[in-house]
Amino acid sequence: MKYVFAFLGRVISAIDWPLMIILMILASVGLLVMHSAVGGTDWRFADQTRNFIVALCAMWVVALTPPHIIMRLAVPFYILGVLLLLGVFFFGDTSKGATRWLNLGFTRIQPSEMMKIAVPLMLAWYFQKREGPMNTLDFFVAVLLLIVPCLLIIKQPDLGTALLVFGAGFCVIYFAGLSFKLLLPVVIAGVIGVGSIVAYQDDLCDDDFDWVVLHDYQKHRICTLLDPSTDPLGKGFHTIQSTIAVGSGGVYGKGYMNGTQTHLDFIPERTTDFIFAVFSEEFGLYGGVTLLLLYLLLLARGLTIAVRAPTHFSRLLAGSITMVLFIYVFVNIGMVTGILPVVGVPLPFLSYGGTALMTIGIACGMLMSISKYRPPVN
Amino acid sequence: MFEFKKTGLQQKNKFLLRAVVAGIFAVICFSLLVTRFWVLQVDRHEGLAARADSNRIAVVPIPPRRGEIVDRNGEVLARNYLSYTLEVVPARAGNLDELFSELMPIVYMSTADQRRFKRRVAESGRYASVVLRNNLNETEAAWFSAHSFRFPGVELRARWVREYPQGKSAGHVVGYIGRISEGDVNSLEESGQLGNYRGTDVIGKKGIEKTYETALHGKTGLQELEITARGKPVRVLKRVDPVPGSNLVLSLDMGLQRIAEEAFKDMRGALVAIEPATGDVLAFVSQPSYDPNLFIDGIDAESWRQLNESPDHPLINRPVIGTYPIGSTYKPFVALAALELNKRRATDRISDPGYFEFGGQRFRNSGSTAFGSIDMHQALVVSSDTYFYSLGPEIGVNGLHDFMKPFGFGQLTGIDIDGEKRGVLPSTEWKRQAYKKRDQQRWYAGETISVAVGQGYNSFTLMQLAQATAVLANDGVFMKPHLVRALENPKTGAQSLTVAEASYKIPLKKENLQIIKRALAEVTTVGTARQAFAGAAYQAAGKTGTAQVYSLRGAKYRASAIDERLRDHALFMAFAPLVNPKIAIAVIVENAGWGGSVAAPVARKVFDAWLARDAKKSAVTVPTSITVTPTAPNTTAPVTNRVGGQ
Repeated sequence: MKYVFAFLGRVISAIDWPLMIILMILASVGLLVMHSAVGGTDWRFADQTRNFIVALCAMWVVALTPPHIIMRLAVPFYILGVLLLLGVFFFGDTSKGATRWLNLGFTRIQPSEMMKIAVPLMLAWYFQKREGPMNTLDFFVAVLLLIVPCLLIIKQPDLGTALLVFGAGFCVIYFAGLSFKLLLPVVIAGVIGVGSIVAYQDDLCDDDFDWVVLHDYQKHRICTLLDPSTDPLGKGFHTIQSTIAVGSGGVYGKGYMNGTQTHLDFIPERTTDFIFAVFSEEFGLYGGVTLLLLYLLLLARGLTIAVRAPTHFSRLLAGSITMVLFIYVFVNIGMVTGILPVVGVPLPFLSYGGTALMTIGIACGMLMSISKYRPPVN
Repeated sequence: MFEFKKTGLQQKNKFLLRAVVAGIFAVICFSLLVTRFWVLQVDRHEGLAARADSNRIAVVPIPPRRGEIVDRNGEVLARNYLSYTLEVVPARAGNLDELFSELMPIVYMSTADQRRFKRRVAESGRYASVVLRNNLNETEAAWFSAHSFRFPGVELRARWVREYPQGKSAGHVVGYIGRISEGDVNSLEESGQLGNYRGTDVIGKKGIEKTYETALHGKTGLQELEITARGKPVRVLKRVDPVPGSNLVLSLDMGLQRIAEEAFKDMRGALVAIEPATGDVLAFVSQPSYDPNLFIDGIDAESWRQLNESPDHPLINRPVIGTYPIGSTYKPFVALAALELNKRRATDRISDPGYFEFGGQRFRNSGSTAFGSIDMHQALVVSSDTYFYSLGPEIGVNGLHDFMKPFGFGQLTGIDIDGEKRGVLPSTEWKRQAYKKRDQQRWYAGETISVAVGQGYNSFTLMQLAQATAVLANDGVFMKPHLVRALENPKTGAQSLTVAEASYKIPLKKENLQIIKRALAEVTTVGTARQAFAGAAYQAAGKTGTAQVYSLRGAKYRASAIDERLRDHALFMAFAPLVNPKIAIAVIVENAGWGGSVAAPVARKVFDAWLARDAKKSAVTVPTSITVTPTAPNTTAPVTNRVGGQ
């Protein structure tokens, strides 16, 4: 009995309560919206509830693991991930035209998903080992560690996941001290690039114009984003319908379970990537801003944990995990509201899907482990 | 220790700065999103709300009607008929087994139907509409519409269904449609065509149905419907009519096609007949064939197993997929090469003791017959291997390669059907590319010798042989072979030709062509094909051949001693009539032995039918449409239409 209490004590003390409360609120919102998106209780609602419980358990287990042990797992985890990605590259299962899964006989796994955690772990480990101001060599090694898995994922092709993995790795490099002098030109170039695409879309989206670096379907997605009406029965349909849903929600929203767009089947993928359209239609501008504030709280807590963290490794890891959650949110909501292309990034805590929740659970578990663990003082 | 703490502290401060910057960046991004919310939910709210709320517009695709396929005389190969289908949305239908048993007494469903239905539900999910049964008759449809209230989630719909009235005949040409698969969805998405396929659930999978998918499919229209909050349509707000798919007019003549197919009886093989002047494919046979109707609705497991596991391989489109060393049917082209490249005159005689000796090795005539002293004409008529063995080293493998390439050997002929194989037209360069090991990359002089009689590394499709024969008959003018002659607009009936002019002309000397053609004509009167063409009402020109399946390594070939599947293939290439050829043909009969006795009679039947019909026609009507260009016959490519006969 004593041991049970001791164990429970450890379990509870492993929880970072401010973070936990934010997570619980987000999870509740997620289930609430899922309930409306599926039009009442059906198997997907029950499924998602189960996914949350599984993710919660995973989070707990990770939260109980001290950061230095997590750090020890970084290298094997990363190498395993890259090997599995190579496995996918050579022997992967193809589904819906993309090769993302590896069949292990008893189950199929999607190694690109695990890279979302393995890449920031590995990079944080590397910078911990090279503690001190970042020199050029460190920078190039880090970029190499990041680019290899990203290229393998792009090859599958899975632009959405590659983007997130790259984002995660990039955040680590940024926090490790990537020079602002290097960063600023990239940001400016990006702004100019996007600006020129928007300005010259007519020429660029001409059928005969070859984009060289992107697949035809990726070009198609971007062009549809710029002018959804060019493909009203195909991809443009998603964007058109989701912006209608968001816009028609107005300031106050149509009320829970009253979204016409949602309940008349207008929103495609309304339980997964486009669930924000459901939320926004029913809860309006107030709901949208409140949700963003919740995510912002999560972000603030995550960055606070990072700033307070005792080691370089845990700082970098916590910082990048937090920023990845931010990227998820920004890219997904940007896509639903029609300012970013449709790339297949789920909205954390709201979108249906066990794997994505699992990843988020593990990520939050790491945040808690970093937040609560203090090395024993001698 | 102190030193470490200091740097640690510095790092911590640096990190704080970066965390703050990251936080500010996130806040800026989120503000961007809030601005976007504002634009959509406040500025554009009224417009968007009107679209979503008061109007409730549903965009419903109207699938276009798929084009029909007819032969050159208007005989139908593929058409659509209107059929009643029962469709189910499983999520709304409740217990499926109960549904089956309630429907069963009136609307019969076989167990295969039920199994297929369950499989599709598993594939497409519970919210998609899945076909429960096709082809309901009037009684069933009437009963169901009277009782539809008892079956929520089940809907009676009328839709176009594809049908192939010719069955097995020309099955490989037409091919078939099938349900759109995941792979299809992906390639449609890549080409930006996915939207155009909303409301359509079939796509061309094989044959003409596949290669002309874009033309046959047409363009999907759409209807904007105003619907009530409960999803019932109230009125049509906007309609964009679909553009129906084009009809295809084949160059095939189904009458001739059937005669050709029947000529094979139960033998396996392939036949391609081409009109040399136009490149029209008149008959395209792959025996045995299959019935494409089986595939329309998803083939059942038993039929699939039978087709797929049959040792006769009925699913293989033999004329374009099978590649063979074409044996002696290659000789006319080799002889022409010798003449054109000035390697040997037609009158030069060589002695044929029954074998050709090269580098201490003996290459034997088939049957080891010795023909004595012969010239080119005789060598072709009696099919002397020795004569052509001896040409090998004189022309050289690269010389042969360069000469044969424009005839289309070892090249894609560009015929409009899927799966065409390239085969191999050997050259020293090819061997370097094809093999990994150094010593295998080298070209041996002895190898040129078997190449010159159509054996060795040569590997051509029957389609290539037919096309080369047509080019030869057409005096070197290459018309791209095509199964589809024209696309027809189903509304206006206007036709546009797929191949209107020659691709190029191979510059060939008239007198050389005469020598070859005269020899080929004699093959059918006194040579290896004389029995098959005895008493023909026209002058045919052709060449028999044998394709080795089984390497004998110098042992004597005894058909009876070899497993049937390893026996030689019988080949025949020919055109007729000798002057102004109307038809060129290539035939292969698998494992049938010698070309003269098996393959040539098949060609004879096809020629008889086509030329008799032609004679009848020209007796009534004046031959039309073929204009002889006034340009000199030796001009190079491209030339329009055919250049006058000999």
